[in-house]
Amino acid sequence: MKLGLVIDLDTCVGCHGCATACKQWNTSGTIGPLADKDPYGREPVGSWLNRIRSYEVDDSPNSKTVHMPMSCMHCDDADCVTVCPTGASYKREEDGIVLVDQDKCMGCNLCSWACPYGARELDPEEGTMKKCTLCVDRIYDEKLPEAERQPACVLTCPTRSRVFGDFDDPESEVSKLVRERAGKALMPELGYNPVNTYLPPRNKPVQDQIDTASLKDTVKGWVNKMIAR
Amino acid sequence: MHPAFSVLTFTVMSGAGYGLAALLILGHLSGINGLQDTNVLLTSGILALALITLGLLCSMGHLANPKNAWRAFNRFKTSWLSREGVFAVLFYPFFLIYLLGVWTQGAEINGFISIIGLLAALIAVVTLFCTSMIYASLKTIRQWNSSLTPLNYIVLGLMSGSIVLAAIQSSLTGSASSILYQLATALLILGAIAKVIYLFWIGKPAGSTINTATGFTQASVRLLDQGHTSNGFLNNEFGYTVEANKIICLRVLMLVLAFLIPFFLILSGSSTLTIIAALLTVSGLLVERWLFFAEARHVVRLFHGDQRT
Repeated sequence: MKLGLVIDLDTCVGCHGCATACKQWNTSGTIGPLADKDPYGREPVGSWLNRIRSYEVDDSPNSKTVHMPMSCMHCDDADCVTVCPTGASYKREEDGIVLVDQDKCMGCNLCSWACPYGARELDPEEGTMKKCTLCVDRIYDEKLPEAERQPACVLTCPTRSRVFGDFDDPESEVSKLVRERAGKALMPELGYNPVNTYLPPRNKPVQDQIDTASLKDTVKGWVNKMIAR
Repeated sequence: MHPAFSVLTFTVMSGAGYGLAALLILGHLSGINGLQDTNVLLTSGILALALITLGLLCSMGHLANPKNAWRAFNRFKTSWLSREGVFAVLFYPFFLIYLLGVWTQGAEINGFISIIGLLAALIAVVTLFCTSMIYASLKTIRQWNSSLTPLNYIVLGLMSGSIVLAAIQSSLTGSASSILYQLATALLILGAIAKVIYLFWIGKPAGSTINTATGFTQASVRLLDQGHTSNGFLNNEFGYTVEANKIICLRVLMLVLAFLIPFFLILSGSSTLTIIAALLTVSGLLVERWLFFAEARHVVRLFHGDQRT
């Protein structure tokens, strides 16, 4: 099994709902609190497992605003795991989820240096590394109704831009989406083989720009029209 | 990358310490004239131990959760940081036995102590290599991900060690050993060449861009919004930016302090000037290490709006 997310950049509206739901679920989850330092002060700093950035792609009139939510990609070749000296970072054999054992982490930051996607953030209060767990304490919880055994970010997304599933199963929804919509990995040249995949925006026809004529042209056109009549 | 002061002092001090220890043992065993003196050997050995130990203590300073530091020896198979820790600790018994041998037997040590000494010298260089590989193995930072990084760390470690060794030898015995001075001069030239090659090499544009980072490789991409109102861990750790002017000034300062002035001071052959040269080199190397971090640009910066690394 290779669990991960597909994120649709065509429909994401950048509402930060996934990040908020993630913080809410995981702050009381298996990795302990997700602390904030100075939360109501001038310079709040906190650990978040999900960040949303917005970009403008291409130039007018073809430009498009793209919102890009990013969390751990649960890479196949995860350097964050191999560089960890304490063995706190590990990748699960059974489903490929990358986790940090909070009891072993010494807070040296090396895994966050090895991660190209900015998926790891040091907890400013606890001094240990925090990262996306793919809600491992949720997706296997048999007390929850089956439809709710999904990561918090996926359940909360109002535009259903996030899909959770098994990338090893060619007939799963995520595998089909990646095939049909030409899903892309971020920074493939670094060779981390990220599992999470991004669906590029669909091509839409360019909107015609309204041609605002000058006053001179308007008067000339009106006069011509009148005289012809 | 944010230059953490604890890591700068750690790498410079332990680098000089391991360089000093390795050259001291190799010089002693190969029969260099100036190093067949118990006093010189023990003084240099204790200084090397002090530099290494102080450096290692400094390195603990950047851990956010130091109570788990003892676990750092666990992943020798995959982690360069773990390997560095193992070799750094392994160095102590070998070097201490060697120093004890010199203390009891004088400069004429027996075969067993010589072999232990050779192993200590080897472990010292291996530790330097492991330290450098922590940085060189990171694919996320192109300024570090190069074989020039281990070359720099090893050569600069040996270089600073050789100047300290020449300074101790000349001030304790009163007569400067010409071989030690030639070695220090040669390593200074080699170090300067390695550093200048590195500076030219990182100046070439290469590596990931905002286009490969976001997946939009056929159009221009600009950051509109980082998505947070104040800086987080990622900005503080990776967003460190220095003005180009300041970088150039510091590069010149580094080359003058660490290489140029010590080179002329050593040419003079005076023991006082050599001590000054050693101090200048170490302070120049602190600037060098600061630049090594400040000029390194992590690929996460691309997501925060940098067009290229």
